[in-house]
Amino acid sequence: MSDGPADIVEYVSGTGIPVRGNDIDTDQIIPARFMKVVTFDGLGEFAFFDQRFDDEDNQKEHPFNEPQFQNANILVVNNNFGCGSSREHAPQALMRWGIDAVVGESFAEIFAGNCLALGIPTVTVSQEDAEALQAFVDENPDAEIDVDVAAETVTYGDKTVDVTVDDAQRKALVEGVWDTTALMKANANAVREKAKSLPYIQDHEVPAVKDD
Amino acid sequence: MSNGTLYDNVWDKHAVTELPTGQTQLFIGLHLIHEVTSPQAFGMLRERGLEVAYPKRTHATVDHIVPTADQSRPYGDSAAEEMMSELEQNVRDSGIVFDDPTTGNQGIVHVIGPEQGITQPGMTIVCGDSHTSTHGAFGALAFGIGTSQIRDVLATGTVAMEKQKVRKIEVTGELSAGVTAKDIILTIIRKLGTDGGVGHVYEYAGSAIESLGMEGRMSICNMSIEGGARAGYVNPDETTYEWLKNTDAFKDNPERFETLKTYWESIRSDEDAEYDDVVTIDGSAIEPVVTWGTTPGQGIGISEPIPEPESLSPEKQETAQRAQKHMRVNPGETMEGYNIDVAFLGSCTNARLPDLRAAAEIIKGREVDPSVRAMVVPGSQRVKAAAEAEGLDEIFREAGFDWRGAGCSMCLGMNEDQLEGDEACASSSNRNFVGRQGSKDGRTILMSPLMVAAAAVTGEVTDVRELEEVVSA
Repeated sequence: MSDGPADIVEYVSGTGIPVRGNDIDTDQIIPARFMKVVTFDGLGEFAFFDQRFDDEDNQKEHPFNEPQFQNANILVVNNNFGCGSSREHAPQALMRWGIDAVVGESFAEIFAGNCLALGIPTVTVSQEDAEALQAFVDENPDAEIDVDVAAETVTYGDKTVDVTVDDAQRKALVEGVWDTTALMKANANAVREKAKSLPYIQDHEVPAVKDD
Repeated sequence: MSNGTLYDNVWDKHAVTELPTGQTQLFIGLHLIHEVTSPQAFGMLRERGLEVAYPKRTHATVDHIVPTADQSRPYGDSAAEEMMSELEQNVRDSGIVFDDPTTGNQGIVHVIGPEQGITQPGMTIVCGDSHTSTHGAFGALAFGIGTSQIRDVLATGTVAMEKQKVRKIEVTGELSAGVTAKDIILTIIRKLGTDGGVGHVYEYAGSAIESLGMEGRMSICNMSIEGGARAGYVNPDETTYEWLKNTDAFKDNPERFETLKTYWESIRSDEDAEYDDVVTIDGSAIEPVVTWGTTPGQGIGISEPIPEPESLSPEKQETAQRAQKHMRVNPGETMEGYNIDVAFLGSCTNARLPDLRAAAEIIKGREVDPSVRAMVVPGSQRVKAAAEAEGLDEIFREAGFDWRGAGCSMCLGMNEDQLEGDEACASSSNRNFVGRQGSKDGRTILMSPLMVAAAAVTGEVTDVRELEEVVSA
């Protein structure tokens, strides 16, 4: 990752993988015991670990185990996906497994924000469309899906459905300003002034002006 | 659009500018960090050659991975030791205050902020932890963030955010005996759903909220996130100011207290504030609540039957079926009498002094059921010391509870404190997700500290109001 302008993410193309169920929480996506790490490297193999393996590490039935989905990069989910813990380890694990975009009925807020920070769109569709897309992906694991973030559509087979992308998310991805550090750092002087204006901030807590 | 609420007032005072994305760049008055979500952010800073912009507005502790039994270094778990060492290095390099276990100030991040007076009304507070909403109890705007946002806050002292809607949740009436703040919030989540608060900040108000002490308010704001709301708050009042007056921040500085109190008063929601919507809940109708499933929204009053999945709204049915299978419960039954193997009294929701006092009151003169493994994990070293000064540790120990050191412990099982196999746990924590307490077959039943105490002594889920009086010898 560079400090320069972030990449533009106008659309994501690839094949899909369905993970069904409402309220899939981030403890499911990455169990806490795999968070005893100081980097995000290597988290990909632990995505949905407890759903994928039994106590003896034998594979259980789960889309992330199935050979036809191993190259998929568009995850299709249902309602309130990513609820619970704020752990960025969850989208990091999905991204490192290979996911580039998530299509679902709805997303927990912190999860969607964490995805955006990684340049992963989280686009929402109706329950009907989510289920139809999941069924399509099951039938056609090799078929291409286009998630058009700018136009707010998802195209698969001979169908194009309207999706919703949160305004700020769409702007951030399409204009390539989803990596906010450099953007906000440029306003350091205004931030300092804001800090000084707050009655609970003491002068010695505000950093001195530096020549950048 | 809301107008004149505490949320609007605090937001406006902290908004720096509008970003090209349409988001607001929001100044963060207090950044709390811990060992699990911060190391990667410090790594990102190093990669870009950036420094921590506001180290004196940043405060660290260690809570998730600390052992609660043997805390000698190096920790027995090498991964835990590595995380601790990394945090020590990062705070040293950046000049950040670190309440490590040698200071006597260590504890769960959402317990130590309030108890030291670091958490104050009218602040913006973030932490890489979804339960940061806890600090809203003081009238702060407090919310959890991901690691990339931690990087932003470390590097710039700000975060990019969109403004949310404000829902006022008015809990009227008076709570009946045996009913606590935990039962209020479990009721709210049950009624509004685990995703009901998405896109919203919750303002908790009404007589049942206002009559709570700060600890009860914290329990409620803590679980805002379980209802999908990233932040929740209570307007500051005399109860808030009384608490703050006695904290480290103000006990020797009454002048600063008075100056800031003017500010705190100024950010309260206006009398004629406008809300996006208002929900009213009758507090006097709430009874002790327990969960029967695997999301915090799957709660019922102790006397109520577990619902038939078919009776729920369509999107909840499949989740309910899965949950009932995992928990091995049947619709139509109540949760009363459900056998438990473990009783866990702890977590950022319910491990403060009044929680321990209330549980000890139940435990006193009774014994933990022989089939139950019971433990108390105080929220902080200070809570632990205060409890010991009152002799609460003796009450718990005599009854058969394990009395532990401070940390997150079995709420999420990142240290040695975990469920084994398919153990069922009566837990004062906040999440009953499958696998949450360290075993993927484990079963968690969320409830108040009072109800955990009752379950510990009977070995099953029990209505604390129906426990027989202890006959003193």
